[in-house]
Amino acid sequence: MHIPDGYLSPSTCAVTFAAAAPFWYIASRKVGRMLNTKAVPLISVVSAFCFTVMMFNLPLPGGTTGHAVGMGIAAIVLGPWAAMLAISIALLVQAVFFGDGGITAFGANALNMAIVGSLVAYGLYRLIAGTSPLTSGRRVVAGAIAGYAAINVSALMAAIEFGIQPLFFHDASGAPLYAPYPLSIAVPAMMLGHLTFAGLAELLITGGLVAYLQRYDADLLKATAPGAAAGVAVSWKATRRLWAGLAALMIASPLGLIAAGTAWGEWGVEAFQNPQTRAEIAAASHNIAPPEGVPAGLEKLSSFWTAPIPDYAPAFMHSHAFGYILSALIGGGLIILTFLALSALAGRVRRETPGAA
Amino acid sequence: MEGEKGTAADANARNTPLWPAGHLPLEGEMAGRPEGGAPLQKPHRKTNRRLFRAPSHLLHALTHAMEAEDLAGRDGLLQSLDPRAKLAGTLLLIIAATMLHSLIGLGLLFALAVVLALASHIPLTRLMKQVWLGVLAFTGVIALPSPFLVPGKVVAALPVLHWTITEQGLRSAGFLIGRAETAASFAALLVLTTSWPHVMKAMRSLGVPVAVVAVLGMTHRYIFVLMTTAAQMMEARRARQLGPLSPADQRRLIASSAGVLLGKTLAMAGDVHMAMIARGYRGEVRLIDDFRFRARDGVALFLAALVPATIFWMQR
Repeated sequence: MHIPDGYLSPSTCAVTFAAAAPFWYIASRKVGRMLNTKAVPLISVVSAFCFTVMMFNLPLPGGTTGHAVGMGIAAIVLGPWAAMLAISIALLVQAVFFGDGGITAFGANALNMAIVGSLVAYGLYRLIAGTSPLTSGRRVVAGAIAGYAAINVSALMAAIEFGIQPLFFHDASGAPLYAPYPLSIAVPAMMLGHLTFAGLAELLITGGLVAYLQRYDADLLKATAPGAAAGVAVSWKATRRLWAGLAALMIASPLGLIAAGTAWGEWGVEAFQNPQTRAEIAAASHNIAPPEGVPAGLEKLSSFWTAPIPDYAPAFMHSHAFGYILSALIGGGLIILTFLALSALAGRVRRETPGAA
Repeated sequence: MEGEKGTAADANARNTPLWPAGHLPLEGEMAGRPEGGAPLQKPHRKTNRRLFRAPSHLLHALTHAMEAEDLAGRDGLLQSLDPRAKLAGTLLLIIAATMLHSLIGLGLLFALAVVLALASHIPLTRLMKQVWLGVLAFTGVIALPSPFLVPGKVVAALPVLHWTITEQGLRSAGFLIGRAETAASFAALLVLTTSWPHVMKAMRSLGVPVAVVAVLGMTHRYIFVLMTTAAQMMEARRARQLGPLSPADQRRLIASSAGVLLGKTLAMAGDVHMAMIARGYRGEVRLIDDFRFRARDGVALFLAALVPATIFWMQR
């Protein structure tokens, strides 16, 4: 994911440097204030750690190996501001001394991995972990998801930076001057590897590290868990069967494909225009024929909202069964995230008004 | 205090060669064989997988740190320049390489890198091994589909597959590879002809805050310390292990090793901080600045600035 020199135009590089600069400024102010004289040695040594952790080779299921970037780990232990400084420094050392990542692309690499990566990892970790105890299994899941999401968001940013190059920069003959592939190629090509292997490596190492720290050095998790409840967690064991049941239901969701006909009352505009579906509607409605034309209200409102994943099958997905499972995962995940956000909000409101509790 | 950071940065040059000199476990030893030697014993199929690796280019870079000191000490063109002029000049040439809209111009700029390397007594085989082949392998793979995917004037077609090759696609691949190779060559020339502490100190002249330069110097130092620690941890674990580990156990081992290393890292940060405080550190960083900027440095910097300025003027 380290973008080399020559892949991005000078103007893109300038924009990414400009976007990263305020984050660096705020981060250095915050970290300097928080750590005082300890900032310089801490950031230096943690940068070196981020560098070293990339050398750990993780065996992945399927016989391949991958290595983690470590942005999740740094953000969970140090918080996002110190993490973005430490990772930026590690990236600068890599660019200048090891030729890994470009010098002009340093702004883009830092923005993708150090800044956005740290913020996403930290935000998701805090959101999912909520106020659960330091030793809760929920924190392991939170760390794993945070690491996985952070590396994928970083990869998506890099893919978008690549993908916009051919839109803007051509020579006289129309040949792209920098990264040559449009968004429609750059995004899938980049995400394929990151949604699978690279993401999995980050997921395993971040989750694994949180689990390790819980057992042997839980104090290190305290910095980013201000509201953590005291005591031993039981939440994972108590709800384990429910989670397993939810997973089973998600996997079984393609069974919906077996059902014949359309669900009663869930008709679209096309259903009223097609003679075959009109007959199905009539048969399902005690042989009462549907209205001749499309009901005016239905026609008017049907174009009001277009679903991102119509008919539970994204446009690029050829397998209907897999589309159903993916939709179940996305839908279930969104509902869980919404409730976690609401419970976090409720927890905050309760803390601010002690009399109410 | 005056010499605190300067000493830490200068220590890099003295201490880095320890790692590649073979005192510490290297990549080869992690896999059960000493560096450059025959296998000690036939490793088990499953344990053969290296859990901690220093990738070959990184290992080379580490080994080259020692050689780079030698190259930086030679009597060549780039070696004789002030590090600040060299750093600023290199940056200007890299920017020039990313600005160019002409393949011929890129070729000329690449030729300039080759000439500078020869004038600085840097063997081209060295640049080829360290930079050109690596960049070609990485960027070449990315640029490979470009002649087929970029739309434009068709110049040829593959015989059996009937995929069409476009002129624009070929040019685009040329731009990508040419730019990456040229920029990487200039960056390598800088690092090969300047000792690393000097590169970091020279960054101040580009407006990099002094605290960042200090952090960079210390990071660079502790990368070697932590890599050594990690390699020793892995070797200690291997020495106490009988039989192969299952992949799940290997993953657990990696996660716990990363955790131990993190604990050691933070403890070390505390120790280093106390050592700094004990030596008078109060939050202000001062570096010893012993560079001398001479007329030839000014000329070199002017010539380097002329390249992007000319490109900018011609492409207006």
